[in-house]
Amino acid sequence: MIWSVSWRNVWRNKMRSGVVITAVSLGVFAGVFAMAFMQGMAKQRVDSAIKTETSHIQIHTPEYVNVNDIENYFTNTEELFENIAADPSTVAVSKRVIVSSIISSAEKGGGVRLIGIEPERESEVTNIKERLIEGNYLEPLKRGLPAVIGNKLAEKLDVRLGSKLVVGLLDVNSQPIYHQFRVSGIFKTASAPYDETTVFVNYSDLTSITKMPKDAAHEMAVLLSDNELSGLMASELKQGFPNLNIMEWFDVLPELKYMTESMDVYMYIFILIILLALGFGIVNTMLMVVLERVKELGMLMAVGMNKRRVFSMIMLETVFLSLTGGVLGLVLGTGFSEFFETHGLDLSGLYKEGLEAMGYDTIVYTNILPEMIITVTLMVIMTGIIASIYPARKALKLNPAEAIRTDN
Amino acid sequence: MKIIEIKNLYKIYNETEVEVKAVNGIDLNFEKGEFAAIVGPSGSGKTTLLNLLGGLDAPTSGDISVDGTSLGKLKSSKLIDFRMNNIGFVFQAYNLIPVLTAKENVEFIMHLQGKSKKERDARTKELLTAVGLEDRINSRPTKLSGGQQQRVAVARALASKPKFVLADEPTANLDSKSTENLLDIMERLNKEEGTTFIFSTHDQRVVNKARRVITIEDGKIISDEKKN
Ligand SMILES: Nc1ncnc2c1ncn2[C@@H]1O[C@H](COP(=O)(O)OP(=O)(O)O)[C@@H](O)[C@H]1O
Ligand SMILES: [Mg+2]
Repeated sequence: MIWSVSWRNVWRNKMRSGVVITAVSLGVFAGVFAMAFMQGMAKQRVDSAIKTETSHIQIHTPEYVNVNDIENYFTNTEELFENIAADPSTVAVSKRVIVSSIISSAEKGGGVRLIGIEPERESEVTNIKERLIEGNYLEPLKRGLPAVIGNKLAEKLDVRLGSKLVVGLLDVNSQPIYHQFRVSGIFKTASAPYDETTVFVNYSDLTSITKMPKDAAHEMAVLLSDNELSGLMASELKQGFPNLNIMEWFDVLPELKYMTESMDVYMYIFILIILLALGFGIVNTMLMVVLERVKELGMLMAVGMNKRRVFSMIMLETVFLSLTGGVLGLVLGTGFSEFFETHGLDLSGLYKEGLEAMGYDTIVYTNILPEMIITVTLMVIMTGIIASIYPARKALKLNPAEAIRTDN
Repeated sequence: MKIIEIKNLYKIYNETEVEVKAVNGIDLNFEKGEFAAIVGPSGSGKTTLLNLLGGLDAPTSGDISVDGTSLGKLKSSKLIDFRMNNIGFVFQAYNLIPVLTAKENVEFIMHLQGKSKKERDARTKELLTAVGLEDRINSRPTKLSGGQQQRVAVARALASKPKFVLADEPTANLDSKSTENLLDIMERLNKEEGTTFIFSTHDQRVVNKARRVITIEDGKIISDEKKN
């Protein structure tokens, strides 16, 4: 009965309640959408980093982790490969040889990471193949060895498809080697720094140039079917291969994990501030309500409504008022977020250069999580409860005899 | 049988130096089944006396006991429950919850008391029929006339079968036809249900209906007459 009275009381002054509900729903909408936006951006950043840079798991020798030196490779990689590929959570595995080198065109030069990959296997782990904007993916050339470079590097070296590149490096015996490659493809990822410092060549070409053993690798990368599975796989590998160093994606790029986590905290604080501001409006409205209903409240107390019930009646009304706005805002926020989750929000007109420089995509696919909806709902309910305390206490202070008195 | 005993009752308001003795030494008893009017000019202390009787306000001194229970000895939370279970109230105005229908207003206290739906439905129907509003059961107060609203209030006051009903100038805002109608209903319920009614008024036509007339002036009883 009290629930029903409280609910109907919300609609007694439709204008006033409507204003509060609109304010709350706009606030919650803004909060939820901003959160879904930031969450989506962060998730895209993580997914793209996993897909282009880190994969889910990386395997190196412990020495290589300390010093990225050419001699810190491991062998018997095919055995390890079969082992990992047999696991059901594995999507793909690839091995890499990574050599720091100097690269130069006819015009200019610079330092890069030269990565020797097995094109077929690598294309299942990283998405460099899909990121090609020109040329092809390490297919054999008539003359020279193929190399795939980032668009930023191509700009910097002033080269195009077919251009000659000379690579200078130290082989496993620390002997300087110079070798010529030709640009066979140009890629572009979301991360400009990556595009400026990464060059892909064939695994077999690089091992033979550097005189490394036939199955050597500096790095193996594993892509899993889900981000959440990396922990389990990592611990299995640590047990099975105690001589190797096993890293998960967030060990490779720890700032990614901090970013996602701190983003969440910031967004909840943002919503908290919105709700705090709305809370003052709600307190004010409910004080007006109590003031307006002094006689009615006095009557209710006179005929037998105790303090606890009067308190719950006002508290429920406040919660219903806030929650109506909250639910409306959540529906709006979720709706918009769902829409942009599939259609994407194109920011390229706004801030393209800046976003790309920081490694973000210019089209953001918002991402709304069920726990966000639940947390925000609980926060709105808490706001209602807290906002009701002061007005409800005012109501409890009423003396029924005084309240009901009609002076005439 | 005595149901209310008032002994040496005082209520003194201390408004900035000036003392107002709103109830100034009253001794009074009520029997079960009475239909009594408290009469007096405006400011004579009728409302104050009824509020004290109903446990809505505490006396400066003196004691009121209802069926042997001294109101002054009840803690405030117990007092609220005591009011809910033993006393029916009809005020001059603002008796009803605007968002509830006539039926819901009448059964509101029974809800608070945790009575079953069956019991509530039966009692509500009985009372709304008794006050002649069986066809307005689902109307909200704003859709009812002043007289009809007061009839709902009377039905509400009787819903939980209280020991007595206090009505402070229940007809003050009504025209003469509605006044007579309301008094007839109260009189009939008094006879049929045996409910004790104590009401205040300064309307002579209402006074004429009462079987006992207590006249007060300046917080003191100046006459107390019973008719047959
Ligand atoms: N809260 C109060 N403070 C001060 N004086 C009051 C208060 N309530 C009532 N009075 C005074 O007590 C006297 C009796 O008032 P009341 O009981 O309302 O009389 P009635 O109902 O017969 O008109 C009046 O003089 C009134 O001004
Ligand atoms: Mg009065």
